[in-house]
Amino acid sequence: MSTDPLESAEIHRRRLLQSIVEVARSVFGAAAASVLLVDESDGDLVFAAVAGEGEHHLLGSRFPAGTGIAGWALMTGQPVMVDDVAQSPQFARSAAESTGYVPRGIMAAPLICDGDCVGVLSVLDRDSRPRCDLGDMASLGLLATEMATVLELLSAPGPAAPAPVAAKPPAFDLAVLQRVADRLPTAPDQVAATVVKLLAMADDLLATSDADADA
Amino acid sequence: MTARHLPPWRRPARDHFPGVPAWSLPVSTVPQEPFDVSPLGGRLTREWAWGGADGSGVRVCVLDSGIDAAHPLVGGLERAMDVVRAEDGTLAVVPTEPADTAGHGTACAGVIRSIAPGVALTSVRVLSGGRHGSGAALLAGLTWAIEEGYDVINLSLSTTKAEFCDALRDLADSAYFRRCVIVASAHNMPVRSYPWPFASVISVASHDSPNPMTYYYNPSPPVEFYARGVRVPVAGPGGRQLLSTGNSFATPHIAGICALILGKHRSLTPFQLKSVLYLAAENVAVPDGGARVD
Repeated sequence: MSTDPLESAEIHRRRLLQSIVEVARSVFGAAAASVLLVDESDGDLVFAAVAGEGEHHLLGSRFPAGTGIAGWALMTGQPVMVDDVAQSPQFARSAAESTGYVPRGIMAAPLICDGDCVGVLSVLDRDSRPRCDLGDMASLGLLATEMATVLELLSAPGPAAPAPVAAKPPAFDLAVLQRVADRLPTAPDQVAATVVKLLAMADDLLATSDADADA
Repeated sequence: MTARHLPPWRRPARDHFPGVPAWSLPVSTVPQEPFDVSPLGGRLTREWAWGGADGSGVRVCVLDSGIDAAHPLVGGLERAMDVVRAEDGTLAVVPTEPADTAGHGTACAGVIRSIAPGVALTSVRVLSGGRHGSGAALLAGLTWAIEEGYDVINLSLSTTKAEFCDALRDLADSAYFRRCVIVASAHNMPVRSYPWPFASVISVASHDSPNPMTYYYNPSPPVEFYARGVRVPVAGPGGRQLLSTGNSFATPHIAGICALILGKHRSLTPFQLKSVLYLAAENVAVPDGGARVD
């Protein structure tokens, strides 16, 4: 594994996203499961992890977020399922253009991080085992919640690095004090008064510092 | 330890998640828990509530992605509005073309029309650009709809932005007192979202019975009603029909039923309307009319 911490974090992120879409595909016996994340720069949805149909060519591909069933989940913040997508030429074309695969059914749930909808977990063509549609919707919502939690954790700042040890001030040349003492008697009154004040302040500061250390 | 000995409305919320997921009700597989009902003394029947009504005279506003007025399942619109940002940065609600590129609002509007064919429908687009609808657009659209005095406002959406919670609660209270009934989709994911958990709105999740007029009261709120939300025939792109599942499509069933009741009983307040809904719910009303007695 890379020793570069940034590269290492990205590998963890990809593995986690991939593991969740693999679970989603397995749970539903689906033709494909994928996670699409919103590109903040243009609002497009971008494939960030894919299991099943399209897993070899879809990563990084994108399509406009305002369309399709994934768009419904993204816009409303609610899970949604459509069973006969192929009957709708518009949705079928949209899906085919984005994935190269025309599904019969699509399930999609929003990924909500810190109140923002940052992407969609999408499942294409569940298998034909008898199942409870509402149960599948709840499962999909829970997987989307898990994925959003992972994304939040991965984007959170890591544990604070230990504060750097304060560098010791450079060694003070005590000869400066001797020179000040030598020249002070001959300095103009105003300059001398200022120097005396500065020395008094330095004396007070050191006294306060000593007291804090003793406490 | 289980809390089953407590009545449904007293059971503690689970604390594992930040929000209150309104899990839907799979009536096809899960037996329903009985609960006590006080019938309020009258014999309220569904026939009394909405028998013979078609929603005529009731104005319903759908805040969503827009509505395709030409879709045969929508049957035309009274008005179509959009929330746009003016040059000075403020949001304004302005007339727009009755269109819907995303299709979600059209799907919801078709459900309302199927339940209450006589209603006057208005569309306000608050979802656009594909991104989760901005809470600011929702606030602007909802404010407009309340000021315009719509009888029923359908919200098949919610915002997860906590900063809009207080303003939305104020708006929901304002709507309640002005007799605008807000019907809002509950969230079936464990996230905080608004306005569906507010007591001043009528919140809706899904059941899996195929009858569009069947709905249930939930004795364990915050979500208060379950309506048909599984494989719902909805208006799809290109004038076609899709079978869609989700609370988004359960909500307009209750909005439509509210419109039927209000069409027949024009002076009901929102709290009276919610009581009528409650007393006529499948798991509250008795088969021969009237409500179950405790």
